[in-house]
Amino acid sequence: MAIVVKRPKLSFWEKLYLPGIIKGLGITLRHFFLSLTGKTKVSMQYPEEKWDSHLPEYYRGAPALVTDEQGRERCVACQLCEFICPPRAITIHPEEIPSEDKWAKVEKRPQEFEIDMIRCIYCGLCEEVCPEQAIFLRKEYAFTGLKREDMVHNKKRLYEIGGVREGLVNKWNELK
Amino acid sequence: MPPAATDEKKPTAETPAVPMVNVQIDGQWYQFPKGTRMIEACRQVGKDVPHYCYHPKLTSPGNCRMCLVEMGMPPRLAPGQEPEKDGEGHQPIQWIPRPAIACANTVAENMGIRTDSELTRGCRHGVMELLLINHPLDCPICDQAGECRLQEFSVEHGTGGSRFREQKVKKPKNVDIGPRIRLDDERCIMCSRCVRFTDEIADDPVLGFTERGSHTVLAVHPGHELANNYSLNTVDICPVGALTSNDFRFQMRVWFLKETKSICTDCGRGCNTLIGSREGRVYRQTPRENNDVNSAWMCDHGRLNFHYLDSELRLSAPLVKDEGVHKESTWPKAIQRAATALKAHGGSEIAVVVSSRMTNEELFMAKRLIDTLGAEHVATVPRAGEPDAYLIAADKNPNTQGARLILGLEGDLAAGLDSVRRGVADGRIKAVVTLQEDLLTPEAGFDAQTLDGLEALVVLHLLANPTAQMASVVLPGAGFAEKRGSMINVTGRLQRLNKATEPFGQSLDDWEILRDLIQAIGGGNGIYLIEDVFKQLAAGVEEFEGLTLSKIGDLGVPLIETGETVPLLERERERIAKGQIVG
Repeated sequence: MAIVVKRPKLSFWEKLYLPGIIKGLGITLRHFFLSLTGKTKVSMQYPEEKWDSHLPEYYRGAPALVTDEQGRERCVACQLCEFICPPRAITIHPEEIPSEDKWAKVEKRPQEFEIDMIRCIYCGLCEEVCPEQAIFLRKEYAFTGLKREDMVHNKKRLYEIGGVREGLVNKWNELK
Repeated sequence: MPPAATDEKKPTAETPAVPMVNVQIDGQWYQFPKGTRMIEACRQVGKDVPHYCYHPKLTSPGNCRMCLVEMGMPPRLAPGQEPEKDGEGHQPIQWIPRPAIACANTVAENMGIRTDSELTRGCRHGVMELLLINHPLDCPICDQAGECRLQEFSVEHGTGGSRFREQKVKKPKNVDIGPRIRLDDERCIMCSRCVRFTDEIADDPVLGFTERGSHTVLAVHPGHELANNYSLNTVDICPVGALTSNDFRFQMRVWFLKETKSICTDCGRGCNTLIGSREGRVYRQTPRENNDVNSAWMCDHGRLNFHYLDSELRLSAPLVKDEGVHKESTWPKAIQRAATALKAHGGSEIAVVVSSRMTNEELFMAKRLIDTLGAEHVATVPRAGEPDAYLIAADKNPNTQGARLILGLEGDLAAGLDSVRRGVADGRIKAVVTLQEDLLTPEAGFDAQTLDGLEALVVLHLLANPTAQMASVVLPGAGFAEKRGSMINVTGRLQRLNKATEPFGQSLDDWEILRDLIQAIGGGNGIYLIEDVFKQLAAGVEEFEGLTLSKIGDLGVPLIETGETVPLLERERERIAKGQIVG
């Protein structure tokens, strides 16, 4: 079925086209003079100046793994983020936690956890799907590399970016 | 097969004389043979009743209570009272106020079953809530997640929340109960499937329940372990993650696995399997039900015998020996080299050792190669082993029947191999082609010294081995999970393998290698697809006439009569006849 798009009906002045252009030029001109007196700021001098301090709490930067107050790596390698990731940026190799480890009762952890930042689209589905509150989108966003491999964040790098996050649900602590 | 609805069906000469009964399921009338379990009757008409403890191959203790349904019977008549019937001849149903388990009760005349009534739904809610009281919420680490009945039914029939406010009961976790199995008692829902399997099928009753009430735990008998060769089947039938396989544990989440219907090639039984693979790697094999071959089980040895597919010994590229050193080569060069080396010899100087581990299609191509070369010495390596009283066959080769049929081998296979061995030793045989066989194993019985005297040794194999080490040309072939083809098991049943992963590295399907080799020696043969090979095989070998690869189907077709029986299936049939199991 064809969709009929309704075109807006233009008035006589709108049809003339020129008044619109003049109006636009007027706005530009006003900003020109305002910027001369320093009343509006036109551009930010990136990378000397950065927007970082203004980033909101919900900013979606690079996904990273976090540890909790007790220094436990929260990821249990359930691979749900790997499953949900739309561009398939995540690769996880799970392993069993050896019995002498302090957190042996958790049984499972990632041996390697890789996020390919060339593929990542910062959608945040990994954070949303995580049942262990282990992966969060942090505020880092500027990543560069000279090789493709440089752009793959391994487990070590992910914990560096993620850092410690407090006040999360701790289901593995009590009693078990 | 769904039974025909309502209309009166008189037993004819073809149908067995089992009386049929009329049963109303969710308002519709159907007919079932007397003795059918209620749960099976519901399943046959597409009304699945959730269950944990019930398994058609095991007895039904009816302890999980998940399959409770509302049931009704016709009214009891007073003496002399005429039953009142509706237009279709059915009596009114008086619904019983309490539910009944569908797994252990059989259908009766004029019975009514409601699988979706308020009472039934309420029962399922209640059972789910009770089961989840002490169940840990460790789905993120549990291997069963994704194929867990408790997860599935809690979505379908659960309440979504828990009213339980106390502490959950603590039970042993990560218990080592056998060499291949780990037990997590907190996840166990006491369905007793594993207990019944080890008792009824594997005849190794080492499992049982101890303690009482909510502290009940599954335990292995003190001083024993669950170590029998069929133990991993308990992992398959465990509806939750209480029993997990050490081999598959934490390797890959099940929802990533692509499941390919295939068969096990560990012995001549050819148990039907599902190969679970992801991104070119095989992670597990599980049995697939086939009531003419393996029921629903398979042995641990066969199940775990796939790790060689990605072992370090896998050959990844064709090799050609120059001045005593193997060098990686390209396929055309390696094939050409092998062809030249073989063409230099007359038929009486060439021996071809063919493996009975190859598929029919590969064997057919091997036969072509033998004919093209005019090779006069052909042998296979027989592998006799110990059969057991369950599934394992005495013949350790998966396709001995196929090799006999296609290569036209008769009589004692060991004698044929022996004559090749002697021929090589006394120098009559100057060139040997070995297909998927390592000649320097005890079964083959060649020795390195005599092989060293050969002028040409062409090896097609998937692993690096001592024979390949001595070969002038090494052609890397495919493993069982990497090819499509067919095999004939010890009972003479033609079954199909399917391709789960691509061949490793540059290795190719064996039949393609053989085709190219034949082409290089004797010219074109117009074979481009595995289906073409089977078509020619069907035209060339009488027994295969009229068959195609797709006609074999997932469960195979009986092809030849060998007179061999499967002990496990015999016992299963006895149990079905006695009404102990559904089967």
